[in-house]
Amino acid sequence: MTGTTERSAAGSLILPRYLREPEALRTPVGFPDYHSTALRAPLRTPVDLPHRLTEITGPVLGEDRVTAADADLTLRNGGEAVGQRILVYGRVLDSGGRPVPDALVEVWQANSGGRYRHTVDTFPAPLDPHFDGLGRVVTDSLGRYEFMTVKPGAYPWGNHDNAWRPAHIHFSLFGRAFTQRLVTQMYFPDDPLFGQDPIFNAIPAAARYRAISRYSLERTQDNWALAFEWNIVLRGREQTPFETQDDGDVA
Amino acid sequence: MNPLDVPDVTGPYQPRSGQRGTGFLDEPLRLGTTPSATVGPYLAIGLTWADGPWAAAEGTAGGFWIRGRVLDGAGDVVPDAMIETWQADPDGGFPSPEDPRGASSYPGFRGYARAATIPGEFAVHTLKPGRVPDGEGGLQAPHIDVSVFARGMLDRVVTRIYFADEAAANAGDVVLRGLTEEQRRTLVAEQTDEGYRFDVYLQGDDETVFFAI
Repeated sequence: MTGTTERSAAGSLILPRYLREPEALRTPVGFPDYHSTALRAPLRTPVDLPHRLTEITGPVLGEDRVTAADADLTLRNGGEAVGQRILVYGRVLDSGGRPVPDALVEVWQANSGGRYRHTVDTFPAPLDPHFDGLGRVVTDSLGRYEFMTVKPGAYPWGNHDNAWRPAHIHFSLFGRAFTQRLVTQMYFPDDPLFGQDPIFNAIPAAARYRAISRYSLERTQDNWALAFEWNIVLRGREQTPFETQDDGDVA
Repeated sequence: MNPLDVPDVTGPYQPRSGQRGTGFLDEPLRLGTTPSATVGPYLAIGLTWADGPWAAAEGTAGGFWIRGRVLDGAGDVVPDAMIETWQADPDGGFPSPEDPRGASSYPGFRGYARAATIPGEFAVHTLKPGRVPDGEGGLQAPHIDVSVFARGMLDRVVTRIYFADEAAANAGDVVLRGLTEEQRRTLVAEQTDEGYRFDVYLQGDDETVFFAI
């Protein structure tokens, strides 16, 4: 079924093991400058859980959850959203460089004024009747995704005095195994708000660039929309040196 | 000391450290993974599904509800968390092509659910999972893998639900065996009239056991 799965001589299943990013390059669950983590991020050291069947499998959530309109956030309620139109595109890969095909990607974001369509958001920027901030796409066989939206605005939040979130789009990805699940945020290049944002700065410095998209002149659409490329890397399987003949499987 | 009194060069330059390529690419390709971020307070915009709570469709024989709260370090209910569950079907199969035994299908069963804690607690409708091999020659006790997401957590945290009415299976489970009695208790869902109750304690004396996967 999959390239890295075999039966040992004893007949028991040999399961793939998903690699974990070194702790020095992972976002910690809690970060003191992000004050809400103080009472929420668990304090005890998590217990190691070797990967067994429940961890190496995952739900198949495919195209039946997605319509064409879900890939264009700029058209809602029969009208055009206000803001700078942008195409966001990229590939979902695993850490072994293999594409992650047929994987659900869910996105949500503030409107161009920095306001979310949510009862909790009371920032006095206007809501846009033609923007709900929700998109969904499924990766193709090469792991590609893309959607059209408007560039989200920055917005204030109560974390510290004059705190502003840099413009960002929330991403939720399933991959194909429970171990690959990822919820994250995509940023835009050279945002001057990075320096004061504890959510961005909670990412270890050497990994922060991975959260920032790249302006793409080549996909920018004449007379229509700017483009930003962002590739997403999920955890991949441990590879053995003997696996080189077997490049057919995709995690 | 004369700053210009440099030792004579007697041989070729030999740095004491450094890394030189061999010209052979013998390491596996390894891309850095994308760092996680919090779901934030507005997750309901992006992550709400009408059929979210239904790991087993309404009316599926044997279906029950698992309900629970997520509590913070002050003992307060977290109203803007989301949990996701993933589990085997009652026969121990997974509806996933990643299962090396082959993908299973079980009528009315998706295996996956997500539920927000907006009403104060989450609710997931599912079936009792079967026992699946533990990779060491035995069977795991029935269990559900759980991810917890919330504002104020920069990554998901992962735990497992076990079942109070599976005491014999729990006693032999490869994961539970490695925990203290006090830790085990945090993973066992108690029976209720309509299924089970499983509260998640993010912090405190009763902090739930979370797993590094």
